[in-house]
Amino acid sequence: MLSFRPMAALLALALMPVVAGAADDVGALRAELQALKTEYGARVDALEARIQQLEAAPAVPAPEPVPETPAPKSSGGASAFNPAISLILGGSYTSTSRDPGDWNIAGFPPSGGEVGPGERSFNLGESELTFAANIDPYFSGVLTAAITGENEIEVEEAFVRTTALPDGFTGKMGRFFSGFGYLNEVHAHAWDFVDQPLVYQAMFGGQSRQDGVQVKWLAPTDLFIELGAEAGNGDSYPATRGAGNGLNAAALFAHVGGDVGDNTSWRAGLSWIDSQAEDRAGGIADASGNPLFESFTGDAHTWVVDGVIKWAPSPRRQLKVQGEYLHREESGEIADATGLLLADDYLNRQSGWYLQSVYQFTPRWRVGARYDSLDSGTPHYTLAPDGLLSASPDRVSLMLDWNPSEFSRLRAQYDWDDARDDGDTDRILRLQYLYGIGAHGAHKY
Amino acid sequence: MKNSLRLLALLMVAGTLPAHAALKVLATTPDWGALTQELGGEHVNVYVATTALQDVHRVEAKPSLVARARSADLVVATGAELEVGWLPVLIQESGNSRIQPGAAGYFEAASALKLLEVPSKLDRAMGDIHPLGNPHVQLDPHNIAIVAHALTAKLSVLEPAQAAYYAARGKDFDARWSEAIQRWETKAAPLKGVSVVIMHRDQAYLCHWLGLNEVASIEPKPGVPPTASYLGQLVNKLAGTPPKLILLNAYNDAKPANWLSERVHAPAVVLPFSVGGSPEAKDLFGLFDDTLNKLLAAK
Repeated sequence: MLSFRPMAALLALALMPVVAGAADDVGALRAELQALKTEYGARVDALEARIQQLEAAPAVPAPEPVPETPAPKSSGGASAFNPAISLILGGSYTSTSRDPGDWNIAGFPPSGGEVGPGERSFNLGESELTFAANIDPYFSGVLTAAITGENEIEVEEAFVRTTALPDGFTGKMGRFFSGFGYLNEVHAHAWDFVDQPLVYQAMFGGQSRQDGVQVKWLAPTDLFIELGAEAGNGDSYPATRGAGNGLNAAALFAHVGGDVGDNTSWRAGLSWIDSQAEDRAGGIADASGNPLFESFTGDAHTWVVDGVIKWAPSPRRQLKVQGEYLHREESGEIADATGLLLADDYLNRQSGWYLQSVYQFTPRWRVGARYDSLDSGTPHYTLAPDGLLSASPDRVSLMLDWNPSEFSRLRAQYDWDDARDDGDTDRILRLQYLYGIGAHGAHKY
Repeated sequence: MKNSLRLLALLMVAGTLPAHAALKVLATTPDWGALTQELGGEHVNVYVATTALQDVHRVEAKPSLVARARSADLVVATGAELEVGWLPVLIQESGNSRIQPGAAGYFEAASALKLLEVPSKLDRAMGDIHPLGNPHVQLDPHNIAIVAHALTAKLSVLEPAQAAYYAARGKDFDARWSEAIQRWETKAAPLKGVSVVIMHRDQAYLCHWLGLNEVASIEPKPGVPPTASYLGQLVNKLAGTPPKLILLNAYNDAKPANWLSERVHAPAVVLPFSVGGSPEAKDLFGLFDDTLNKLLAAK
């Protein structure tokens, strides 16, 4: 028994590739040897302790082993490295008091995304299929494909991410939801309401995707401090994809966060997004519905301030309050439907915000309220008609959802929607289901 | 100029090589935090991600935890998918290559243990089942002893220069722990065969260790809260053979257990479950002392 340690050391020495030479190597070997000795020492000591324990004959006989079923063997062969697969099934029933066909956000150019309450009656939502796995010791990859109710397949996200960069850096490339703000990166099935806030719908057509690269850096501090930068091809509103080699979209963002006591956590952020548009279709109409222009070429600079705070007084209750303020300045040229230049000094400052709160009052039930408000601003340019008025669309939403398990959710949402800002409130009721199957997803904060 | 540059360089080197830097450890539960502290002593700086009053299945990857993961030299987790809802996100968001699964700075307690209740069939219709087996391993002190050996080895690998220190502490802990197990097992002898109703499968290892006779579970299926009708059926089922004790954990909702307690005339015993789950459960020794005291007092 006692000769075991030197034996182990000898064995370890024999097994080690003795490359000889450099003092560094000898030092490393010594250290490794010491670690091995310690490990074996600990094991031997443990065995000795066990033996002593057994010899001392415990007063209580050890409990009988519980019969167990054999562990499922992981399937080998070609499928052993299959990625984690998860699938979200969703759908809804929608009832609106006004024709959803003429839904628009007054004073904002159409963002072209999946905006508004959608069609009436039953609607099949997007079935979201995600594949994810580590690629090698340096990268991991994710694909999220959305199969739409209209029988189309859309690549929602498809990116690779680094896992081995030093010093808190992470890189991403491919298509991904831009990291600005709070809600932009959140997948639809994890939203707390059926739809995005109006300000996201107006300014990004719902969610802003980047086809490009992202670099994030996390500070080595106890306070969470994250800085990020992105560059992309601009294939997401309000940018357009350019004809040249350049990048048409860029974003910079910073997030800080932490805890207050054991029950409260928070995160706040500031982001800046630069989007370049070339002949972007869609303009703004005046109060009587006549278009002022039909296309835009220029720059959009958007600032986003975001904040979220979560308070969990028990494992079964949680209050979450979040809000974001977005401000966008667009400047450039505007043209009419035929492409005729109307002005080269167009300037418009638009803004909007939302504040929402969701309270989980039992493990299975959550209730939420949200207020949306937008300020369309007024376009400024030489020859702009006099007396243009800004619009102030707004909306109030209430939500109740029931979550029988982590993997299923049934939700009702009622909106008083004044996005059109014409004095006639659209009353919208939506009932939604969301189910997840497959790999256990882990959600971001 | 030259001298001041040299001084600056020296300071920079000194800054990157502090004479005595403690290993930064992020432990997912208070129990692994306490164990790491026992084994690592002054050479570890432990941050615990959760408290005994949280449900470890449902923890959020909150910013403070991402920040701690960023600087961690070692993550000490339970594994067996207990932390599957949040730890992968923490590690992914941390930008820290040292703690990625498979790297030297990632430690899973469950991988050193033989788990109970490994399901032969996987179907979520059966509730929140853990494919690799029951991961709530800490309430069998023999498991703690095994994990302690594995963790000592891990600490020595991460900091070979301190291997002797860790070995000494590991040996010391093992001696104290073995002695305590004998004491606990002697003391707990009257608990063998006592019939209990448990709340969730996270009490399975305690029952197994003490030889408690588990007659029913308040959760109809793992992770599924009981309905009124299920509890009604439970009362009927237990009418003929009433249990001696109803066990619940500090973090559990006490309502269903108290309701059942009144009807089957058995005391509901709130156990600390993790270090910090009661004022007495200050460390791992306190956790087991208090658990046994509460069980024996209620029996």
